[in-house]
Amino acid sequence: MSGQSHISVKNLNIWYGKQHALQNINLDIPNKKLTAIIGPSGCGKTTLLKSFNRLLDLQDGFKISGKVLVDGEDIYDPKVEVTHLRKKMGLLSQRPCVLPMSIYENVAYGPRLHGIKDKRVLDEIVERYLQEASLWSEVKDRLHQPASRLSIGQQQRLCLARGLAVEPEVILGDEPTSALDPISAERIEQRFMELKGKYTMVIVTHLLRQAKRLADYIVFIYLGQVIEHGPARELFEKPKDSRTKAYVEGSFIEGYANQYVI
Amino acid sequence: MNTRQIKDTIAHKSMFLICLLVLNLALLIAWGLYRRAQPILATKSLGELLLNSTWHPGSGQFGLDGFILGTIWVTGIAIVIAVPLSILTAVYLAEYAPRKLSHLIKPVIDLLAGISPVIHGVWGVITIVPLVRDYMMPFFTEKLPFLPFSSDNYTGFCALTGGIVLAVMIFPIIISVVCEVLHTVPAEIREASLSLGATKWQTTKLAVLRKVYPGLVAAVILGLSRALGETIAVLMVAGCSLFALPKSFFDPAYPLPALIANTYGEMMSIPLYDSAVLLAAFILLLLTTLFNVAGWGILLRLERSRC
Ligand SMILES: Nc1ncnc2c1ncn2[C@@H]1O[C@H](COP(=O)(O)OP(=O)(O)OP(=O)(O)O)[C@@H](O)[C@H]1O
Ligand SMILES: [Mg+2]
Repeated sequence: MSGQSHISVKNLNIWYGKQHALQNINLDIPNKKLTAIIGPSGCGKTTLLKSFNRLLDLQDGFKISGKVLVDGEDIYDPKVEVTHLRKKMGLLSQRPCVLPMSIYENVAYGPRLHGIKDKRVLDEIVERYLQEASLWSEVKDRLHQPASRLSIGQQQRLCLARGLAVEPEVILGDEPTSALDPISAERIEQRFMELKGKYTMVIVTHLLRQAKRLADYIVFIYLGQVIEHGPARELFEKPKDSRTKAYVEGSFIEGYANQYVI
Repeated sequence: MNTRQIKDTIAHKSMFLICLLVLNLALLIAWGLYRRAQPILATKSLGELLLNSTWHPGSGQFGLDGFILGTIWVTGIAIVIAVPLSILTAVYLAEYAPRKLSHLIKPVIDLLAGISPVIHGVWGVITIVPLVRDYMMPFFTEKLPFLPFSSDNYTGFCALTGGIVLAVMIFPIIISVVCEVLHTVPAEIREASLSLGATKWQTTKLAVLRKVYPGLVAAVILGLSRALGETIAVLMVAGCSLFALPKSFFDPAYPLPALIANTYGEMMSIPLYDSAVLLAAFILLLLTTLFNVAGWGILLRLERSRC
């Protein structure tokens, strides 16, 4: 594997109660590249993604073995400060979820948590990251309105701005465009393309076409196991495993995946 | 029409009638009280009744001031004690406690809500009255010998005792409403805040409680309206004698419901007496209804505007 990995997963096993949701995962996520996690519903994509910022800790009956190394440090080590880790790993969820406050406050929320109080600095941060999420021009005149009044697509871009404002190193996205209309989805995708060189990005997606458009690296999961992972072109054109081949060709599990291909 | 449809129509119509009946009952009660309070309203001005502290039915003095003030003292103390404690308890149960523990404690809290008020009253007389009389009152009168702490009522049956017992009685209702309300907050809000690097307490305080703020208000109002109407337990522990206006925590308080329960039906030969007591009942009904409507209104609005 290339030495340029940002997140390495070693012998990771995850259980929800008795259910063995992820089995023996070994994986390296390349630095400053966009990695897409693909696979059929319920295979464990969200579970893998959330294991990277320890959001799974909130689940009842959650159990883990193995290691997840971020920048060489095992994040499940009891000495690790979870808040630091989570600040480093921005998360974009499936449904945009704005916090119950104004647009401005949503973006300023993270920086405030981490101790920035100066109004002028906050103003700057809010403007910069709303720009970065290409939302600024649409909301600059109503920064102090409740964020819940934005359209869903705008809300998702606000969530992106909010995540970027804490200056993460990694952006995790759990099907970040699945609740959006095609145009909004495209705008988010464009942002991702532009952010690619700056952050390590890990995006879960149902859409094979989206994975093809965006990803440098692909991880294919099936029934809780990583079947295959590798550079995007290689994996799509010359899949080694027959199950990967079937999935990317859209002939997997009685037409389940068909609807997502072409 | 076949029989199935006939049955359906009958069920529909009869349920509508029953519903109407129940609603009318409430209105009838209000109207009845108002009618019976009419004689005193006709002879005395509202100011004379509400801004006057002399309650001396024998000589035709019906100032409700002392009772209204007693109500405010007792419910005020109860709210001040109960609100922070029960909101924090609910936050602990809903946000922090392991699922198993909160499943264990919830039924116990519901059980508490079902305990008969008279039991609370007895418990108050046995434990809170001596506590207030032997420890709290001497402590306060020595350390803070001025109003509202000093009093010459050394019995332990006082506003503070009533407030404490009432607080314990309204714990369960506030806790369970706040718990319900916290469960309506989608997990995504917590995840969003946590994944920005917030601690759990920051998340609870800045995102979750903020989201349900109207719900907290509603819970408090529901507790308040319960406290306003509570009668027997207060009657047993709050002193309920009217020498002067209650000015101190340790003065006896005589809230409206206690007045009604204590005096209605006695000495009805005194002119206007029953009318005055029923006016008190009418005021109480208005207040409780008002608080309840406000509480539920806020809750409903919250439910409609969910994330
Ligand atoms: N909190 C939980 N408790 C118990 N089981 C869970 C929990 N969360 C997920 N699972 C189970 O773990 C497995 C993996 O779930 P996960 O959410 O990771 O799938 P996914 O690949 O993200 O699916 P989708 O594409 O539908 O989002 C599923 O079988 C799911 O039922
Ligand atoms: Mg998922």
